[in-house]
Amino acid sequence: MAEILSLHDAVARYVEDGATVAMEGFTHLIPFAAGQEIIRQGRRELTLIRMTPDLIYDQLIGAGCAKKVIFSWGGNPGVGSLHRLRDAVEKGWPRKIEILEHSHAAMACAFEAGAAGLPLAVLRGYVGSELPNVNDQIKFIDCPFTGERLAAVPSVRPDVSIVHAQKADRAGNVLVEGIVGVQKEAVLAARHSIVTVEEIVDDLDTHPNACVIPGWAIDAIAVAEKGALPSYAHGYYARDNRFYREWDAIARDRDAFTKWIDENVMNVGGNA
Amino acid sequence: MSPEEKTLDYTAGEMMTVTAARALVNGMTCFVGIGLPSEAANLARLTHAPDVVLIYESGTLQTKPDVLPLSIGDGELCESALTTVSVPEMFRYWLQGGKVDVGFLGTAQIDRFANLNTTLIGDYQAPKVRLPGGGGAPEIATNAGEVFITLKHSPRAFVRDVDFITTLGFGRDGKGRDGVPSIGQGPTRVISDLCVMKPDSATKELTVVSLHPGVTRADVVEATGWAIRFADELEITPAPRGEELEILRGLKARTERAHAGQ
Repeated sequence: MAEILSLHDAVARYVEDGATVAMEGFTHLIPFAAGQEIIRQGRRELTLIRMTPDLIYDQLIGAGCAKKVIFSWGGNPGVGSLHRLRDAVEKGWPRKIEILEHSHAAMACAFEAGAAGLPLAVLRGYVGSELPNVNDQIKFIDCPFTGERLAAVPSVRPDVSIVHAQKADRAGNVLVEGIVGVQKEAVLAARHSIVTVEEIVDDLDTHPNACVIPGWAIDAIAVAEKGALPSYAHGYYARDNRFYREWDAIARDRDAFTKWIDENVMNVGGNA
Repeated sequence: MSPEEKTLDYTAGEMMTVTAARALVNGMTCFVGIGLPSEAANLARLTHAPDVVLIYESGTLQTKPDVLPLSIGDGELCESALTTVSVPEMFRYWLQGGKVDVGFLGTAQIDRFANLNTTLIGDYQAPKVRLPGGGGAPEIATNAGEVFITLKHSPRAFVRDVDFITTLGFGRDGKGRDGVPSIGQGPTRVISDLCVMKPDSATKELTVVSLHPGVTRADVVEATGWAIRFADELEITPAPRGEELEILRGLKARTERAHAGQ
């Protein structure tokens, strides 16, 4: 049963040093406030899983929280590179990180398999790609019925998943609207889950086929207003495209990045 | 060519986009990559192919954006879509399930067998340049019925052998799809700002089939990192028509206005 906590307390309770953490949201509803709370609390040695690391993991990587990143597309959407990810991979700053890269199809299937409680996902994928040469988590198996060679990847089963959504009701039931990505799968695949929301309402005012995650499948709900900025929340606010462009210059330079983190993450109170 | 068309002024980039757009047939289902493919696919939808079905990997099915998305998951794609599905559903049911006629991709590097590299330049363990990675492309390229590719011509982009095959064209030897069950045809055309290339029917090596107006064979040879071949019956790509240019420029101006304020 979801407990309604402050963002500070939710992160402090469920995100431990060395944990495997998935923070999802496909371009939309990226849980930035929660990511910055993890930076503020100084978590270390995290294995970070996300299809698109986006600026949220660029910030966590640059702040030294990550030891390993599992991803499928590591760019700044519509802008270019994630410079903190690149600096860590190419030059080992602020620390060397291990990367494990997949395709989107494989990661989406791996989240789904995690939600389904299976050890692996099977897909018609990676044919002719050299990704299996550099990622030992990609294997091939023969279909026992047809003999077709198919790709297999381990399911994603994080210690904790964190997603952002529009709203929760007082029982902790969550409504996700718009581009739903793999958010529901991430929550169901994880041992623990935190959902940050724009607001808590009396009535979700939903319809039968909406993407609703029941409160009893979630550990903690935390209100984080504008918690997805600079990404967006369908129905609440638009993507801050200007910030995504500005991030390029901030993240390109180690000092500019450190200064930005100090001013915008470390020296602000969070919402504890 | 009519006298009116001769006098039209357009850029090489516009020539590329218009040519790429014309490759799409009305009614096709197209899985669209962000950037140049998205520009071309939406131009097609706004001109000769009003019923082309555009699908983006963010889960937006049959979307009709009024402005071009900056990211693959812009709100505009969802708001103008027939419906939005989860990302696992998108890749499993719609792409892997065989519902996509054509995948439209861009890339950082392409080689003579149309293999795509969006992973890195140099050695994997010590990359000279780290690129974003595979994203949706590896499975789009094998599970879509066929693949169109569009990118600007340069010797750094068109290399003999890619440093890393992120996404299969026809493999290191041109035979990468031979005997593979349930695999699409692969790249059937590559559209650059200089020319249109198609894989040779026997060797699968990319061959220039048409030069854009004003472009010479020497221009293409100079901008290509291998000794590229030309078709025996080399054609001239038809120039953009006034209406196509007008709609493309309108789309880009709307897009710029929409993104400027954000």
